[in-house]
Amino acid sequence: MAVKTLIEGVREALDEEMARDERVWVLGEDVGKKGGVFLATEGLYARYGEARVLDTPLAESAIVGVAVGSALNGLVPVAEIQFADFIHPAFDQIVSEAARVRYRSNGTWACPLVIRAPFGGGVHGGLYHSQSVEAFYAHVPGLKVVIPSTPEDAKGLLKSAVRDPDPVMFFEHKKTYRLIKGEIPEGEYLTPIGPAVVRREGSKLTCVAWGLMTHYCLEAAESVAGEGISAEVIDLRTLQPLDRETILRSVEKTARAMVVYEDNLTGGFGAEIAAVIAGEGFEHLDAPVTRVAGPDVPAMPFNRAQEEAFMPSPAKIADAMRKLATY
Amino acid sequence: MSEDASARATRARELRHEALGLEPERLLTMYRQMVLARAIDRRMWVLNRQGKAPFVISGQGHEAAQVGAAAALRPGVDWLCPYYRDLAFCLALGLTPLDFMLSVFARRDDPSSGGRQMPSHFSLPKAHIATTSSTVATQVIHAVGIAYAARARGLDEVAVTCVGEGSTSKGDWHEGLNFAGVHRLPFICIVQDNDYAISVPHRLQMGVDSVAARAAGYGMAGVTVDGGDLLAVYEATREAVEKGRSGRGPTLIVAKVARFTSHSSDDDQRRYRPPEELEAMLRRDPVERFRTYLQQASLLSDQDDERIQQECTSEVDRAVQIAEAAEPPDASDIYRHVFSESGPG
Repeated sequence: MAVKTLIEGVREALDEEMARDERVWVLGEDVGKKGGVFLATEGLYARYGEARVLDTPLAESAIVGVAVGSALNGLVPVAEIQFADFIHPAFDQIVSEAARVRYRSNGTWACPLVIRAPFGGGVHGGLYHSQSVEAFYAHVPGLKVVIPSTPEDAKGLLKSAVRDPDPVMFFEHKKTYRLIKGEIPEGEYLTPIGPAVVRREGSKLTCVAWGLMTHYCLEAAESVAGEGISAEVIDLRTLQPLDRETILRSVEKTARAMVVYEDNLTGGFGAEIAAVIAGEGFEHLDAPVTRVAGPDVPAMPFNRAQEEAFMPSPAKIADAMRKLATY
Repeated sequence: MSEDASARATRARELRHEALGLEPERLLTMYRQMVLARAIDRRMWVLNRQGKAPFVISGQGHEAAQVGAAAALRPGVDWLCPYYRDLAFCLALGLTPLDFMLSVFARRDDPSSGGRQMPSHFSLPKAHIATTSSTVATQVIHAVGIAYAARARGLDEVAVTCVGEGSTSKGDWHEGLNFAGVHRLPFICIVQDNDYAISVPHRLQMGVDSVAARAAGYGMAGVTVDGGDLLAVYEATREAVEKGRSGRGPTLIVAKVARFTSHSSDDDQRRYRPPEELEAMLRRDPVERFRTYLQQASLLSDQDDERIQQECTSEVDRAVQIAEAAEPPDASDIYRHVFSESGPG
C-alpha cells in the first residue's frame, strides 16, 4: 500500500468514479484546467474534457442548481464549492431543493449528487476561509453529511457518496489535505457511509470528533496516556446518518464522554451528540458530557494569536481530558 | 367595417394559423385544453369556498400563453420546470384533471407529491414535468441543468421553465440565465408577466417595460409577446425550440398576461388594484379571444363550443367526485422517502 495525502484520496476517488461511470461529472469554480484551488481535481480536465470537468461561472447557487437539474436528467454531478465559507448562497438550492426532491415528490424523483467543500480553520484563512458549516446541513433531513479524516476514508467515502442515491454533503478539512498522510489500499474499495470508527481504544473516557479534530484528539490522547488517562477516540466520519451505536457502546465502557468540534460551541453538531449521550446513555455516565469547541464569536480571525485562541488544539483537548477524567 | 374589409380581416386570421401549419383539429385541441384548464381552475375556487380545498392558486388569464407554448413542445421528451400557475401548461403536457384534483384534496395517489405539497406544485415524471418548491426561481436553474445534461447525453431535449415577472428579480433567475447563455443551452425561460407579484406592481419590480430587455445581457434572444394571443405564443416558442434543438442557444420569452384571480386563496387583489383596472383586465380573456378567432375562422360552431364546454365540465365533475372519495395517505407515511428506500447501490 502506498502512503498518500488526503487530497490524493479525493482525487483518486473522482478519477476512478469518472472512469467507471460516464454519467459522473464535476463542476465548480476553477476545477478545470487549474484543477481546483487545492488541486483536488488536478488531471481530470485533461482526462475527461471540459463537458465533464466544468469551470462554472462564479455563482454558487447555479453550481448546485445545475447539479440538481442534471441529476434529474440522468447525470451524477459532483459539485465543488471552493470554500465552505462560500456555500451560503447555495443554501436554498441545497436545503429547499436537493434535500427535498425525493420527499416532496413522494419518491418519484431522486437527486443523487455530491457537494464537496473544503472547511475548517487553522490555516490563516481568516473569517471567510476557516468556517465549519456541517451543523447547518446535518440539521436537514434528506441530506447525508460526510467528513473524512484519513486518505483511505476520503477515497472510500467519496466513492460511496458518488454512488449514493441521495444528496451527500462531503466536507473535507482543508488543513488535513496535505498534513494527513496515510496508506490507501490498492484496488477498488468502498467505505460505507454511516459507520463511525474507533481510532484509538481506551477505557477512561470517550472522545467523539470528526475531520482535523480526530487527529488533535489522538494527539491529546497520546499526551495524557502517560498520566494514566486512557482515552478512546471515535472518528465519526458521517454526521448524518449518525452512528449512535458506536458512540453509546463506547460510553457504556468509559462512563465519560466529550465531543470536540471546531464550529462555534452553541448549536454546533457536538450539541446533538451530547444530547444523544445524555438522552440514551445517561445511566452509564459518571460525569457530565463535555464539549470542546470554537468560541461563540462570529468567525475565526486572521491574526495568528487570535486564530489559536479560536481553534481547539491538542493541548486544550488534553486539558479537557484531564478535567473530565478526574470529575 | 365594410363587408369586403371584414372578409379580408377574417382571411388574414385564417392565414395566421395556416401560415403556422396548424391544422383545425390541433386548434380545437388547444381550445379544449384552455377550456378544461379554466373549468378546473374555477372549480378549485368553489372547492375552496366550500371548505374542501384549504389552499388554491390560479392560472386564469394565463391559459393562452401556456397552451400556446406547450403546443410547441414534444410531451414526454422536452422538459418543463413549471411554476404554480402552470395548470394549463401541465394539462397540455399530459396531466389529467383527476391527477390535479387528487392534489387539491391532498390524496395518496396524487402523482405530484402524494398529498405532501400544496396544489399546483406540479410534478409528473413521465411527462418530464420536474418537481418544484414554493421558493420562486429555483427551478430556473434546474431547467438549465436539465438542458446541460440533455446535451451531455446527446439527447435533443429542450428544457423550458416558467416564472412570473416577480421571479426575475431573484438571483437564481440571473444565475440560471447567465449559465444558459454561457453554454448556449437548449433552454427557454417563459416569463408570464401579469403585472403583479402578489401585490407588488411591475413598476416596483423592474426598471424596464419588458424583462426581455435583459436577454442581450445573457447573450440570448429575447422576445416579448402578447400572452393573450395563443398563436403568437406558439410561434415564439416554436422558434425558440427550433433554435435550442439546433444548437443555436437559449431564448427568453416574455408573455404579457392577465391575472384574473387574486394571487391565491389567501389574497384579495381588490385591496391593491383599482376597480377600473380589474374591470379592464377581465375583458382580456384569452379563452374568449381564441374562441372568437375560431368562430370567425368558421372552425368552431356554437354547437361544438357548447359540447366542448359540457365535456370539460363533466370531466371536472368526475375528477372531483373520484378525488374526493380517494384514499388519503397514511399519517405514518411522513417518514417515507426521506432517503432512497432501496438503499445505496
